[in-house]
Amino acid sequence: MTISAEMSTREAYGKTLVELGKEDPNIVVLDADLAPSTMTKFFAQEFPQRFFQCGLAEQNMIGIAAGLAASGKTVFASTFAVFAACRCFDQLRMCLSQTRLNVKIVATHAGITVGEDGSSHQAIEDLALYCSLPGFTIIVPADAIETVGAVRVAAATDGSFYIRLGRLKTPVVYTEGYRFKLGKAVTLKDGKDVTVIANGIMVAKALEAAGKLAPQGIDCRVINMPTIKPLDEKTIIEAASETGAIIVAEEHLLHGGLGSRVAQVVVRERPVPMNFIGLKDTYAKSGKPEQLLQRYGLTAKDIEQSVTAIIAKKSSG
Amino acid sequence: MSDPSTPAKLDLSVAELERMARQLRRHVITMIATAGSGHPGGSLSAADIITTLYFKIMRHDPQNPQWPDRDRFILSKGHAAPVLYAALAECGYFPLDELSTLRKLDSRLQGHTDRILTPGVEMSSGSLGQGLSFGIGIALAGKLDARDYQVYVLLGDGECDEGQIWEAAMAAAHYKIDNLTAIVDCNQIQLAGRTCDIMNLEPLADKWRSFNWHVLDINGHDVNQISQAAKKARGIKQRPTVIIAHTIKGKGVSFMENNVDFHGKAPTSEETERALKELE
Repeated sequence: MTISAEMSTREAYGKTLVELGKEDPNIVVLDADLAPSTMTKFFAQEFPQRFFQCGLAEQNMIGIAAGLAASGKTVFASTFAVFAACRCFDQLRMCLSQTRLNVKIVATHAGITVGEDGSSHQAIEDLALYCSLPGFTIIVPADAIETVGAVRVAAATDGSFYIRLGRLKTPVVYTEGYRFKLGKAVTLKDGKDVTVIANGIMVAKALEAAGKLAPQGIDCRVINMPTIKPLDEKTIIEAASETGAIIVAEEHLLHGGLGSRVAQVVVRERPVPMNFIGLKDTYAKSGKPEQLLQRYGLTAKDIEQSVTAIIAKKSSG
Repeated sequence: MSDPSTPAKLDLSVAELERMARQLRRHVITMIATAGSGHPGGSLSAADIITTLYFKIMRHDPQNPQWPDRDRFILSKGHAAPVLYAALAECGYFPLDELSTLRKLDSRLQGHTDRILTPGVEMSSGSLGQGLSFGIGIALAGKLDARDYQVYVLLGDGECDEGQIWEAAMAAAHYKIDNLTAIVDCNQIQLAGRTCDIMNLEPLADKWRSFNWHVLDINGHDVNQISQAAKKARGIKQRPTVIIAHTIKGKGVSFMENNVDFHGKAPTSEETERALKELE
């Protein structure tokens, strides 16, 4: 698969599924009337016998997925993140979390960058819900290249997974040789003054912010944390010890996602000043993705300001 | 793809089935009384259905619970776990004396079914409305793998209040799944009262028909009728079949029959004694 400088994570997913379908006849794919948007349409075209259109019935889709997995299939099930988390939570809980069945929920259109469709379609609480489910493995890839790796690792690893993807084309932060490792963070830029931990679309913004801060003499470490569960605690503790301040940036509510999980580790192991970039207990509105990121404080500039503030706090403390 | 070493299915006579159903009912009463909590009514209403499936209809191997070609039984109404555990123990999936551990800490027999812990249990259930979807998944896998097994899903009538049942009903007919048989244990009582008062389901058979299911209507306490309906269902092609089994909640114990109170209440020791006497 050729990955352009900008490719949406959902497109990378759809194309990877076709490759996996060729390699492994045991893989089946389910969708809930969103195949053209989640990009499972490529798999559906190639392998119609192994694609199950579930219609607008997400609860039923999760149950069918669990039954297929209980019969030995490796199951991918896709819909928008808002429906994958909120519409079928009880089904995720009893049929997947409590059974650890081999189902990969790959949800697209996460976060506020869904844009104009508005708050009903902007999943900003999906990670909080999935993180609350014991046993789920949860991944938020930063770009198309990482998505390919995450989807392949999910296919090859037994158990229930949630992979969170976006709608928009996303700048590629990795080169083709990158190998995604489950449960491992990646230090994209070393630094000694402060650490920004991010995932998803916020990784590129964190790198941009670090680039702007360097000329001001602020040496910012940037860590991509694609796996939220299980968390790479070692890398977090090292960052706290070595840089003395941590900022977490995510396209999600401030509670229940990456920030909350990182904070638990920092508080327990190596308390340092922290700050959090994310949605502050509010739903967003309709608008262009870039407008929304600005309105709700999810830009590189917001990360920069947060870094400056935490450095001040660090030196005054 | 059938395994040449296919185990012979259990095939009891009518008299033996009736005796076994009575035995399962005795287990249910003793288990729930020992645990001090549980749902006797729905276990007793389903006892004849489960007995007939496990001891007459289904191909399964208690020595090899994961046998890929086994027929599957999905207990969607997970609160009837005691009668399923009783059947599994009588089949030999685990020792009979383990039944007394129901609902106790560290027991393999959870209050509602758990597919990881209990040999022979196919699905973790307890939150209602999910078993038919799970059964569809297993049925689709059977088609993909060209395995000749049948999936039986036992639903409660109160459970049919759940919207997911009808999502699944639509999907099973859409996929033309004919290796799936749903059985509705129509005991006409749910937790808070009679189904007709809580949420009227009627005309239930017409609902399933309108979802393109083949519908069979039987007395759910007549092992002959259950057995014939199950065989007939297996012969219906290109569409799923639902067996609407008319039953009596609490069947077999006079003071539990049609008694809403015994949906989810354990009998006292005096009630247990009376119940076991009636089931001799």
